[in-house]
Amino acid sequence: MMPVMFYVALSAVLFTIGALGVLIRRNPLIIFMSVELMLNAANLAFAAFASSYGKLEGQIFVFFVMTVAAAEVAVGLALLVAIFRTKHSINIDEMNSLKG
Amino acid sequence: MTADLIVFSVLALAAIATALGMLLSKNAVYSALFLVLNFGTVAIFYILLNAPFIAMSQISVYAGAIMVLFLFVIMLLGTDVLPVSKALPWQRPLAFILALVLAGESVYLLFIRKAASGEIPQPVETFGSPKEIGLALFSQYLLPFEITSILLLVAMVGAIVLTQKEKK
Repeated sequence: MMPVMFYVALSAVLFTIGALGVLIRRNPLIIFMSVELMLNAANLAFAAFASSYGKLEGQIFVFFVMTVAAAEVAVGLALLVAIFRTKHSINIDEMNSLKG
Repeated sequence: MTADLIVFSVLALAAIATALGMLLSKNAVYSALFLVLNFGTVAIFYILLNAPFIAMSQISVYAGAIMVLFLFVIMLLGTDVLPVSKALPWQRPLAFILALVLAGESVYLLFIRKAASGEIPQPVETFGSPKEIGLALFSQYLLPFEITSILLLVAMVGAIVLTQKEKK
């Protein structure tokens, strides 16, 4: 019997690390990874509450978050490759115009 | 309780250390590999939380598919280290302050407001099994499940269209 608070606290720590990664890193690949870390932290909290309340809905939601994350990564990385083709750089400071 | 606590503490330390390693690595490949380790520890947490199906999909979808995609793109775009930005000198201190505020908010909610009370019960054999999840997905949650397939199709078409070379 573990308090559910431990899991939610760990989830909060991981989410904070992910948010910090989005703010301080300049490599868009690392920023994407930090976003994945934040989605993962939210999933952990969902699974913890699902287990605590004995309801399956939390786990179903984790499943949907995973598919959305997979779609997001596929489109995001394709965008990065397209930007790299036109600008020959992936520095996030140079991505300041929508025009190719 | 004590055995559970030891397992939890070791895994939590591993999860936080790998997350920090992901954040602090200069090389993007190391970051990706640290993130794979992090997803692995989170998968073990899912098993501890009576969610074996979610744990297996975590391994196959996150640690398998998504991270392989990341590694492919890192190899494609090169692993050169970007210079520190001169454009926004105040951004880094501000980022640390905002992260501290976020951490403070979660400490307030969890430890002072006690927003998350309750216990994780002992594992039950049926709860969270693939059979249970499948039954729920194909009966009560059939419409969201089908919409998910359309979302994945759109993402696939989008990725192909975006990376397509323009025809001259």
